[in-house]
Amino acid sequence: MKKIQRLEMEAISKSFHGIHANKDINLCVESGEILGLLGENGAGKTTLMNILYGLYQPDSGQIKINGKTIQINSPVESINHGIGMVHQHFMLVQNHSVIENIALGYKDTPFFFPKIKIRDKVEQFSKQFDFHIDVTKKIWQLSAGEQQRVEIIKALLNGADLLILDEPTSVLTPQEVKELISILREMKAKGHMIIFISHKLDEIMDICDRVLVLQKGQIVGDADTKDTDKKSLARMMVGRDIVFNTTKEKLTKGKKNLSVENINVIGDKGLLAVNNISFELFKNEIFGIAGVSGNGQRELAEAITGIRPISSGKVKMNGKDITNKSPRYIYDRGVSHVPEERIRFGIAPGLFLYDNAILKQHHLKKFSKRYFLKYNQVKNHTKTIIKEFKVSAHSINSQIRNLSGGNIQKLILGREISEQPQLLVASHPTYGLDVGATEFLRKHLLDLRKQGSAVLLFSEDLEEIFELCDRVAVIFDGEFMAVLDSDDKRFSDIGLMMAGSKRI
Amino acid sequence: MINIKTTNRYNITTLRSFMTIIFSLLAALVVISIIFLIAGVNPIFAISEIFSGSFGSYYGIKETITKAIPLILIGSGLTLAFRAKFWNIGAEGQMLMGAIFATWTGLTFGEALPSYIIIPLIFLAGFIGGGLWGIIPAILKIKYSINEVISTLMLNYICAEFLTMLIVGPWKGKERFGFPGTNNLPDSAILGLIPGSRIHYATLILAIICAIVLAVVIYKTRFGYEARVVGENPEAGKYAGINFLKTSLILMAISGGLAGLAGVGEVAGIHHYLGYPASISSGYGFTAIIVAWLAKLNPLYAVVSGIFFAGILVGGDAIQISLGLPAATVEIVNGTLLIFLIMGDYFLNNKITLRFSYGSKG
Repeated sequence: MKKIQRLEMEAISKSFHGIHANKDINLCVESGEILGLLGENGAGKTTLMNILYGLYQPDSGQIKINGKTIQINSPVESINHGIGMVHQHFMLVQNHSVIENIALGYKDTPFFFPKIKIRDKVEQFSKQFDFHIDVTKKIWQLSAGEQQRVEIIKALLNGADLLILDEPTSVLTPQEVKELISILREMKAKGHMIIFISHKLDEIMDICDRVLVLQKGQIVGDADTKDTDKKSLARMMVGRDIVFNTTKEKLTKGKKNLSVENINVIGDKGLLAVNNISFELFKNEIFGIAGVSGNGQRELAEAITGIRPISSGKVKMNGKDITNKSPRYIYDRGVSHVPEERIRFGIAPGLFLYDNAILKQHHLKKFSKRYFLKYNQVKNHTKTIIKEFKVSAHSINSQIRNLSGGNIQKLILGREISEQPQLLVASHPTYGLDVGATEFLRKHLLDLRKQGSAVLLFSEDLEEIFELCDRVAVIFDGEFMAVLDSDDKRFSDIGLMMAGSKRI
Repeated sequence: MINIKTTNRYNITTLRSFMTIIFSLLAALVVISIIFLIAGVNPIFAISEIFSGSFGSYYGIKETITKAIPLILIGSGLTLAFRAKFWNIGAEGQMLMGAIFATWTGLTFGEALPSYIIIPLIFLAGFIGGGLWGIIPAILKIKYSINEVISTLMLNYICAEFLTMLIVGPWKGKERFGFPGTNNLPDSAILGLIPGSRIHYATLILAIICAIVLAVVIYKTRFGYEARVVGENPEAGKYAGINFLKTSLILMAISGGLAGLAGVGEVAGIHHYLGYPASISSGYGFTAIIVAWLAKLNPLYAVVSGIFFAGILVGGDAIQISLGLPAATVEIVNGTLLIFLIMGDYFLNNKITLRFSYGSKG
């Protein structure tokens, strides 16, 4: 007998700093059902599941199990109710064996000889669901797929009838995805219910019975997978038909600026993150790369700017080879970079504003003379950036960690743009900025384009992509699904391309 | 149930950081007092004895300054390394290596050369010795990702044993009548003292100059800038195209080199020959870590905090004699001070709130 026959979430709302992450969300799963949660990054999928798992408390709304309202204050309570969650990032101790990791999280682990006592149980589960796992191996010896199975066993052993999987396929190879799907089907047949979070349409269509589409924290679609198709799901996910905006000035593209030839880049997890991508970029051009984040955008940007090694292929700037050169060498060839994780890469938090305003440029002649930095010039330069980019800071002599995220971002953008780069690699430059600052920044990007620079723009915001770009590539799983002029009518299917089910 | 919540504190005022230091020191004094009580000594008397022993008499002040010389040199060097988050725990070894290089130079060339040549020469040799010993862990860290805390610490022992091997073996001097140690340095290689004291003024002046130069290096130069960026955020350093190997090599050469200079001062100013490692380094390399920390990693403040800790060392000697406490007492005092200073930093950078809640189970 399953503890949960039916789980309902009713009118769940949750906001962070006044912004709705979830608003009036209703959800229902029943025994033997796989529910898909589809949406772009930041649509509120993970927040919703964290509420169910007891990590967050909802501002309003309630959770019911078998019709009875319950309160979930912590993951422990959630587990006791029969809910298990497999996070996107695994919560395993790398130097311990599989069995030790399982014993660690298992509520009935005896104090003495924990491994021996639960070993049989684990092996029995393993056989039942076809897990094929050697329980004596250390976690670091396992592939991502095997580690995920360990997480699933952990959840099942703790009596999870409802299993939440957060982007489970993002770390898996195609073969492992197939194995996962067959495990999930097996679980479904045994009466478990599963909530499957993803932004990949094919998978959702393949394994889910029903799908909820989230957009900006609200449910915008709810359908049985057999009654719907990828195209309408894609439209729901993106949320609108693409309006082609042509307010930008028509410019003829100039000489070739950047050329990327068949590059492959390995990501943090050791898998191929950029798969044989080639493109060219010309002066007076903004080239946009659209896609759900985590599909290789960061790795591509880092590879071009010299932070991440390129395993094969070539990158040339104005005909000069810059493949795997140092970030400074590449910068000196005219390539600026607004990194995706600005706080992590773009600033030294404990240093002053003016120190941060010249990060990466401090070696330039105008800021340094022999061994010394010209702090007067540096400070004047900082003041100019602050004025021009409307960074609100009470003094340039304060630590940059005192600034809000938006202001840090404006400073970084000002720093990278004010140097008139020949190529600006900008990752999500307007993410988190207010409307005014966004407009201002977009104007700056168009100015750069007009002045003969090229811009490589990574963005999840399709409006921004189509407003600014001359050409657009859609990236999915490290590959380009399409490279088209931005006013190409075929972009009406961009949702499908972003979800990996259509290639042009 | 009590929930402890920590949040980063973004606005750190000068007043707040100053008060944090004061309160950390006071809290440390409370714990130190308890230790004195356990040892059966009146803590107020003991602590006042420490300070009157070091700063309360003409003799005490002279001794304090003598001991401050190596602390200022090593401590200011450490501020640079620590700013780049290079945890150099190996100043003891670097100091000894400086002493070894200086002794060899002095013994080999001292007879033939006048003071104004040989003295700069032994300082140079000491800087090179300490610097070389300092760059070994830098190479190990950057090239092979070997934790510098372990490697610098272990290199201390290697250097100390190497030195012992020299003085009982090949370098053992006839003048020592069979005891371990080298011959005395020739007179030309011995540093002058301020009359009536043990203050070798050349090293003192050098120490203060080094602290000032280092402040300029840290705050005004490209190299100092790069070191600070690497220390604050290595990822940003990588993004900014900073060469980690080069930066680490230079800063460890400087940090180790200054420790080497301190070793020169001890050999040529105090002992006049190379004896047992413990007598040369006397734990200055470790005490200097606290000096750098109390100075908030600013080399200029290291001059002040160096004098402060020298005072505690001298005062500690005083209470050993007057109260009959064991020699380890000073180390307990120093260690307690360091722990509280580091804890103070945590409370400075993070805001801690306690929340009392009564758990409700649904």
